[in-house]
Amino acid sequence: MTYIAKPAVRHPGLGANDLGLHMRDYEGTISTLCAGCGHDSVTAAVIQAFYELSIPPHRIAKMSGIGCSAKTPAYFVNEAHGFNGVHGRMPALATGANAANKDLHYIGISGDGDSLSIGLGQFCHAIRRNVNILYVLENNGVYGLTKGQFSACADVGSRSKRGVPNKSEPIDPVALALTLGATFVARGFSGDKQQLLPLLKAGLMHKGFAFLDVISPCVTFNDHVGSTKSYLYTRHHGHELVPVDFVPIRSEISASYEKGSRTSITMHDGSMVRFRKVPEDYDPTDRLSAYEHYRSLQNRGEVVTGLLYLDPGGEDMHDDNATTPTPLAELSHEDLCPGSEQMDALMEEFR
Amino acid sequence: MSDPRLEKTDRTNDFAFKIGTVNGTGSASANGLIMQAIFRMGIPCTGKNVFPSNFQGLPTWYEIRVSHEGYSARTPEFDLIVAMNPATYERDIAEVRPGGYLLHDSSWPMAKEFLRDDITFLGVPLGEMCVREFKGARVRILMKNIAYAGALAALLSMDLDVIRGMIQEKFAAKPKLIGSNYKAIELGYDYAMEHFDCPLPIRLQTMDATSDHVLMDGNTSAALGCVFAGATVGAWYPITPSTSLMDAFKRFCERFRKDPETGERSFFIAQAEDELAAAGVVIGAGWAGARAFTPTSGPGVSLMSEFIGLAYYAEIPAVFVDVQRVGPSTGMPTRTQQGDIAAVAYASHGDTKHIALFPANPEESFQMAVEAFDLAERFQSPVFLVQDLDIGMNDWMIPKLRWDDSFVPDRGKVLGAAELEKIQKFYRYMDVDGDGIPYRSLPGVHPKGAYFTRGSGHTSRGTYTEDADEYTEVMDRLSRKIDSAASEVPAPAVRMREGATMSLVTIGSCDEAVREATDILERQGLPVNYMRVRGFPFDTLVREFLDAHELNIVVEQNRDAQLRRLLVNETEVDPARLHSVLDYGGFPMSAAFVAGEVNEHLGRAPEETKVRPAAERPEGAVA
Ligand SMILES: Cc1ncc(C[n+]2csc(CCOP(=O)(O)OP(=O)(O)O)c2C)c(N)n1
Ligand code: SF4
Ligand SMILES: [Mg+2]
Repeated sequence: MTYIAKPAVRHPGLGANDLGLHMRDYEGTISTLCAGCGHDSVTAAVIQAFYELSIPPHRIAKMSGIGCSAKTPAYFVNEAHGFNGVHGRMPALATGANAANKDLHYIGISGDGDSLSIGLGQFCHAIRRNVNILYVLENNGVYGLTKGQFSACADVGSRSKRGVPNKSEPIDPVALALTLGATFVARGFSGDKQQLLPLLKAGLMHKGFAFLDVISPCVTFNDHVGSTKSYLYTRHHGHELVPVDFVPIRSEISASYEKGSRTSITMHDGSMVRFRKVPEDYDPTDRLSAYEHYRSLQNRGEVVTGLLYLDPGGEDMHDDNATTPTPLAELSHEDLCPGSEQMDALMEEFR
Repeated sequence: MSDPRLEKTDRTNDFAFKIGTVNGTGSASANGLIMQAIFRMGIPCTGKNVFPSNFQGLPTWYEIRVSHEGYSARTPEFDLIVAMNPATYERDIAEVRPGGYLLHDSSWPMAKEFLRDDITFLGVPLGEMCVREFKGARVRILMKNIAYAGALAALLSMDLDVIRGMIQEKFAAKPKLIGSNYKAIELGYDYAMEHFDCPLPIRLQTMDATSDHVLMDGNTSAALGCVFAGATVGAWYPITPSTSLMDAFKRFCERFRKDPETGERSFFIAQAEDELAAAGVVIGAGWAGARAFTPTSGPGVSLMSEFIGLAYYAEIPAVFVDVQRVGPSTGMPTRTQQGDIAAVAYASHGDTKHIALFPANPEESFQMAVEAFDLAERFQSPVFLVQDLDIGMNDWMIPKLRWDDSFVPDRGKVLGAAELEKIQKFYRYMDVDGDGIPYRSLPGVHPKGAYFTRGSGHTSRGTYTEDADEYTEVMDRLSRKIDSAASEVPAPAVRMREGATMSLVTIGSCDEAVREATDILERQGLPVNYMRVRGFPFDTLVREFLDAHELNIVVEQNRDAQLRRLLVNETEVDPARLHSVLDYGGFPMSAAFVAGEVNEHLGRAPEETKVRPAAERPEGAVA
């Protein structure tokens, strides 16, 4: 039997959330990833985000493809349905699930191989379609599960564990998401939970496609000197461009934010993203401005993090489709079947 | 020697003709008009569109068979050909049955070498008349089509009032066009009346055999099935010959599933980036509790196969409509074939097997589309509705579709919140009832229903495993589950004849040709029994039928005898009992071909001899 019971660890200092649930209620089965794997830190932050947002566990849908990263939905929120599909195709599954039931909180966990090689097309098209999901790319520059081959986002000159440099230009998921029209684009680092947590929360509460790239080092295959996705490299080159706080809908807004300034943005449900510091000439609601800043810092070799772009408009693919408010999966046969009278009338048109 | 039907003196309501035009010249509406007029005269008819994979310039034909007996299979020989495309004159002329007619545009002289003295050439100066009567190049081309319809009306004795009525209906929104269409009809009609001995011996006479029928193609009817079955999510990537299925679904949904006040829509159509994604969308939607489907064709099924295996193993309902076309690879996209039978039966890697339904005509496409959703949810597995281009895109005369309002969809074993609340613990893949079908839960319903869906090895409890026994347990149950569907898929259609010792076995759209062939053979003194397979896995009746005959001739439209192989493989019937007759050049099968092949196999040489399918005849052969 491979089912491993999770030891009952209490988190001191964390009481019940608004639903009366504890952090433990948002945990999953025990991780089978390598000790120190960045993905486990992301899992921990995801657990905390759901817990702090007081989302009922069974109203969450966890989607993933294949990879070490794609395994992680098993490691959080046991009481949510999870779907570990096929490699690179989570976006299609998520689109379908969301089409059927738009009222769930969708989180998709992917890897850089899953999203940028085999699944690049699906990733792009899920953005285009504006599926309402928080799409987390646990980015380690390699295919962890198949033992460390370079992924499509490995930087030019980054060295493999055996010392071989990568020569191909990287596909940058953040730049891609910005150009393809993702309505929320952010990057975090698995080694910085404090920064990651509000990004996850804001992404979960965002309506529309929220993209969160998380540098998540693979300690087994890509954490050596010469790698540009290692803990050390990310710490040295990390540039927190737009750090944010997430203010949930029910909290009193007491912090000192200046009216009229671009320092806070209200989301579609009334919750708020507060920018702690934004460069003077930078507008995180302006796609072009975000892109320019991102590219110029990146050209200087910096790993830009933070909430880079946010469209607070709050529309998704169902708004485009004018879908009925009741999720399609919950409509009854009576709601859906035109019935015999309509059939009889219709038949006259085929004569 | 030709078909004895030729010698029959009375050819009223019993002949075939075809119209050869250039793709993109607007002939489709004229052809539709002719077909519909015959249908409205109460005469059984079918129309087959032989079209190229091109929008403009390549030759295209529309074939109409009129049969008071109700036969609707394609006939490869034509009593009359309307040759509107000089590029195919040679071929069209060669295809006219001896004693038949060729209607052509006599505005330009016909090349001498094309002339045949065993057929009658009917020249109508269509081009000239239209240039004289109409202005503008486009209008002239369009009206030329209507004018040949007028000539046909005179030659075949069509009811002009019926035609006028249809023109009026068609252009109700653009009354300006009615006059010119009337005019064009009259041009052709009057010319033919004046110059030819109208009507020809092949002629129409009003009947009352179509009042309970409609003219419909199988993509439209399958789409209707999806709407009436309650499908809410459709995903697709355009591909001939399945595209019109989603077009029809969309049209019906816009009409029946849109709130007239709020504009809110109770459907979601995803035009996916490829078939792979379309499969994923459908599986995701099925997982979340919606009835979802994707229409596609062979190339799409190939792309979907990884996902199909996931749905099989993770036990997720999904409906795939495969409108088959000629393969392999891109093949001939606008020609028909039954080349995906083997592919859908075992689509995907590893041990998989799928429920498949094989309609023979648009009426069954509708019924089986509805059934497909029930079976998919009941067995929690992919279900294939396997039709082909001939069914999907051609106009068939079928009984009016009916809907029974007492229909209750079978949503399968899905646990609701109250049931989940009551149970101790939910195990997704446990065979609780001993029927091989586990209970399912949908996301968002209840915390106790949560489980982790995966395509990786799993136990009956739904947990991950790499253990041989735990893996095998689930795989064995899956096998039992799918095999148990054999008695739930549509039973084979069987027709026994007095004194028959052998049988003809077939599938899908070959039905019409093979059934007609059994009539021909009967007339020739050879009664044969008939079975058409309608579902997979095969019902036990299939094996029993095969065993009851020393010789079963399996007729199908692919090179490799896929149905025969599947029958041998799955029923373990003695292969020596199964002889194959195959026709896979891309055209719908004809009864004469089937009867001829049967006679040849038996070494018989009755009066009515073998007719080769048109596709096999040498290009441009002049009889
Ligand atoms: C169709 C298919 N091809 C190949 C594989 C093998 N495979 C599994 S995971 C993986 C790469 C995963 O890389 P990434 O998405 O970066 O995830 P990581 O393990 O690094 O988190 C590959 C190539 C597969 N599962 N399916
Ligand atoms: S191989 Fe790398 S990515 Fe996979 S679990 Fe180990 S550290 Fe994490
Ligand atoms: Mg990776």
